[in-house]
Formats: sequence, structure tokens, C-alpha cells
Amino acid sequence: MTRRDALPLVAALALLAVLPFCGLPGSALNFLVTTLIIALAGLGWNVLGGFGGQYSFGHAAFFGTGAYATAVLQLRFGWNAWGGLAAGIGLGTLVGLAIGYLSFRAGLRGSYFALVTLAFAEVFRILANAADLTGGAAGLLLRLEPGLATLQFSDRRLFYLLVLAFVGAALLASRWIERSRFGAHLIAVRENEEAARALGVDALRVKLGAIALSAGITAAAGCLYVQHFLYLDAGVAYGTWISVEALLAPIVGGIGTALGPLVGALALQGLGEATKLLAGGVPGIDLVAFGACLIAVIAFAPQGVVGLVRRLRGRRPAEA
Amino acid sequence: MYAPQILIEAALNGLMTGAVYALIALGLTLVYGVLHIINFAHGALLTCAMFAVWGASAWLRLDPYAAMLAVVPLMFGAGYALQRCVIGPASGGSDNNILLVTLGLSIVLENGLLAIFRSDTRTLDSDAALQVVEVGPLLLSTPRLIGFATALAVTGLLWLLLERTDTGRAIRAVAREKLGARLVGIDVDHVYAVTFGLGCACLAVAACLLMPTFYVNPRSGAAFVLVAFTIVVLGGMGSIAGALVGGLVVGVVESFSGLFLGDSLGQIGIFLIFILVLLVRPTGLFGVRG
Repeated sequence: MTRRDALPLVAALALLAVLPFCGLPGSALNFLVTTLIIALAGLGWNVLGGFGGQYSFGHAAFFGTGAYATAVLQLRFGWNAWGGLAAGIGLGTLVGLAIGYLSFRAGLRGSYFALVTLAFAEVFRILANAADLTGGAAGLLLRLEPGLATLQFSDRRLFYLLVLAFVGAALLASRWIERSRFGAHLIAVRENEEAARALGVDALRVKLGAIALSAGITAAAGCLYVQHFLYLDAGVAYGTWISVEALLAPIVGGIGTALGPLVGALALQGLGEATKLLAGGVPGIDLVAFGACLIAVIAFAPQGVVGLVRRLRGRRPAEA
Repeated sequence: MYAPQILIEAALNGLMTGAVYALIALGLTLVYGVLHIINFAHGALLTCAMFAVWGASAWLRLDPYAAMLAVVPLMFGAGYALQRCVIGPASGGSDNNILLVTLGLSIVLENGLLAIFRSDTRTLDSDAALQVVEVGPLLLSTPRLIGFATALAVTGLLWLLLERTDTGRAIRAVAREKLGARLVGIDVDHVYAVTFGLGCACLAVAACLLMPTFYVNPRSGAAFVLVAFTIVVLGGMGSIAGALVGGLVVGVVESFSGLFLGDSLGQIGIFLIFILVLLVRPTGLFGVRG
């Protein structure tokens, strides 16, 4: 990693780390935590979708598995929150591997892969909505119990820093992908799978590695989500909203770039709050803006906000 | 166990619902067969059509079946314009981009409807839903029977249109070989838009058939769209016969799994078929590998 590449990344993280200590009101802190959780889910999506070119429409499957594992292990099996967090990430990764193995083995890509991931997320949603273990339709409620073992802090800024640390780790992982041999293989598979295979790249293995990492990161977002809101039901955990958010953030921010998901999440959530303020209480208006934003980005700025900034600074867009 | 009469009624109900599903899937499969894209906005467009039928009934006092005459051309026009002015130009021809543009469109439409109509559920205020026909020992709901017959008729008409008219020939030519079609003077962009319009027209018919027995809220199309995807995948992407058979099969499966598993788990049967078909035979029953 050269110094010039690291600069925007370090600057962004440092700025975000200092922000809550500048006398931010509680609602703004809440907004930032939610945004960072969505950014984290988006960073996960970007590993598979951005670098690997496999567009998943069902990242909720990983987000929800992480969230449910964290909540269920604490509530039903008396684990502490850290164990739940680790297990949630592990389980999410396993679910990713399983879905990846089944669909990549069957040779699904493009629209077919998008559809099958969507269907898996829906199956999980229906099951979680019906099973007793997951609290059925009533959902799960974590006890409010501040402490290090329960991962709940009376000072919310500490939890914010924890989420930021995860985002930082995911950013590093993305940077690593950009620079590593594994990443080069992954990008080769994205650009032309047959050609990559002809050069001796084990495409299945590379894609499995990508979906495992991707699912693990998004599962971590799910774990942090339930630790933050202390409530979970099937619609939240496995609903389409998070699959869409996880995909919107990197695409609007700059698909296949390390910083893209973070930039996209901040831009979109900011836009959402702004439209809500302007339109005052009209439901769904922020999502109308999101959808319009998605279409506009694809039509006019395929490299997203990051690409726009690069273009404005007169640099050529990064060769994919 | 269940009495045979209940089972037969469940099967017939499934077939009748399945025919309307088939109609929804027909629009999807037609668009896929010609444009080679999965239209994620299909569900949201169905919701739009259902609101149009509801509006025609609530404000203009139009019978839902009569409303077909207005809603079908309206949706055709809307679909034509969407493909010509939004989806085509915005996506620049890349498959992944089309996927995302239609997803964006569905988010805009669904939430636009939510902003206008709020999340209230609306039904037509008529008693048509309760009318039944006696067939031997069985009681069949009249609107569903009408839906069944109309859906089959529309499928037949669509098939005729594709097989026997110049427009149909142009559509099939573009589906088979886009470049060749352009070379012999077919306006490919126009054909794309017409196809998309036809897909939306199918949705308009389906909406008119659904509304007498169903309800509409901004999310109701989403319930149908995954079912429609399942049908299309099961029948083979792009196959009209496949959509019809797939629709009937899925209707029956849904009816039986609802009977045996109850409402909350009932839908899972459909998704399991969906995943299985995708993993085992992604070309479906009638599909050919493209």
C-alpha cells in the first residue's frame, strides 16, 4: 500500500473517530452508528459484488444469520456478547460458503445468481418468522444491561468506536484485496471467467473465498445491528431492506473501490435524512430518492461518487 | 387425513390461481426471452396496475373487468415509455446494469405508491368476491373461474400475436439474433419497448383479474413477483408454454402446501422449488440453454 493510497482511508477513519467527541447530539450519533453498520454490510457486499462481479440480491441471509446468532446465543444459551459476536460472524461465513458452494457449483451467475440469493434470504425469513428458537413473529428482545460482557455501553460513543473499528478492518481487507494475488484472481474472474480459468485460476475456489469473506463482513454488521438496537425480528434480519442497502451503498459510492461503500452509505443516509426533513413525514420518500439515485448513478456515474471525485481531480478512473 | 372433496377443491383452486400467476409470469418471461433481462420492477408494475384498477373502480365506478379496456393500453404505454426512456438509455446494454436499473425502478415505484397511498390495504367494494358456481358437489368462486378462463385466453392471444403477426415475427427475430434483426431493418429499440409494453399489458390483465378477490397495498406486487420468478425459472426462461405450465404447477403446489403446512410456512414450498430448479436444472422444464 503506497502512502498516497492510504491517505484518504486514514483521513476518513480519523475524521469519523474524532467526530463524536466534538459535542454531537445523541440523534446524530445514532445516525452515524446506523450509517456505519450499513457501510459495513455494504463493504461485505462489495467484496463479492464489486471485486468479484457476482451481484447478490440476498445479503440479508448473512446479515440476519449474524444478528440471530448473536441474539439467540445470548438469550437462550447464556453466552456473553463477544462469544455471540464471534459465533455470528462464523455462522454467517458458513452460510455464505454453503450458498456459494451450491450456486457456484451449479454455474449460476448474473441474474440467476441474484435470484437464487434472493430466494435463500426469503427462505430464511420465512423460517425465522415461524421457528420458536428465533422468537417467531414476535421477535427477540435483548435485555438492556450495560457492561463489557454484554457489549452495551452507557457511553454510546464507545459502541460507535467499536463499529468504526470493524469498518476500519473491512476497509483494510478491501485494500488487501486490491493489492493481493487473491484479489487479482478475483478481478480476473469478474472480467472474464473463462479466460481466467484458462490461465489456471481456480475460479470456484476464488469465488468461494470471496463469498465467505463477504458474508463474514456482512454478518458482523448484523451482529452489531442487534447489539445496537437490542431488538430483532425476521423482517428486520432477513428483510429485503438490508439486501438493498448493502448493494446500494457500494454502487452509489463506487463499486469495486475500497472506500466506495463507506462514501455511499454516508451519502445515501444523509440524502435520506435530508429528503425526510424536506418532505416531512411522508413515508417512503427517502427510498424514492434512493431508487432514483441508483438509476442516476448507473446512467451517469458508473464508478459512483468515488469515480466522480477521481474524475474531478483529473485522474484517470482506476483501471479495474 | 383430508376428505377427497377438500383435496380436489384445493387442486382446482390452485389451478385457477395458477392461471393468473401464469399471466404474471408470462410478462416476465416474454421480457426475458427478448431482452435477456430479469425485470425486477415487474412486481412494482403489477402493484401500479392494481392501483389503477382500484382507482378506476373507486373514482370512476368502473367494473374491474370493464376497466381492463382502459388499464391494459395504459400499462402498455407506460411499459413502452419506461423501456424507451429509462431502462434502455440508463443501462447502456450491460446485463448487470439492467438488473440494477429495474431494481431502482421497483424501489421508486413501490415507495412512490407508499408516499401517495400510504400503507393502507384497499379492496374493491363489491360483493363479486363472494359469488360461487356449483359444479357437481364442488363450489367454485366465480371471479376465480373468470380469471382462469381469461388468463388462458390471453395466453392464447399472445401466442397468436407472436406466431402470426409481423410484430410477433419481429419480436422473435430480435429474440433470436439481435444484430441480424437490425441488419434486415428491424428497429430493435422499438421492438424492445413493444415487448416491455406487452409484458406490462399482461400485468394489467392480471391486475383486473386479481382485484375482485384480492387486495392492494404498495407491497402487494412483491408477493407475486417471487412466485412469478419461480414460475419463469421452472418453466424455462423465455418459454411461453413453460410459463403456463409452470404457473399451473406452482398454483397447485402453493394451494397444497398452504393446506398441509398452514399459511405462514405455506410459501416455503415455492421457494424450495425455486432454489432446487435453479441449482439442478437452471434451464427449466422447457428452456434451452442460451
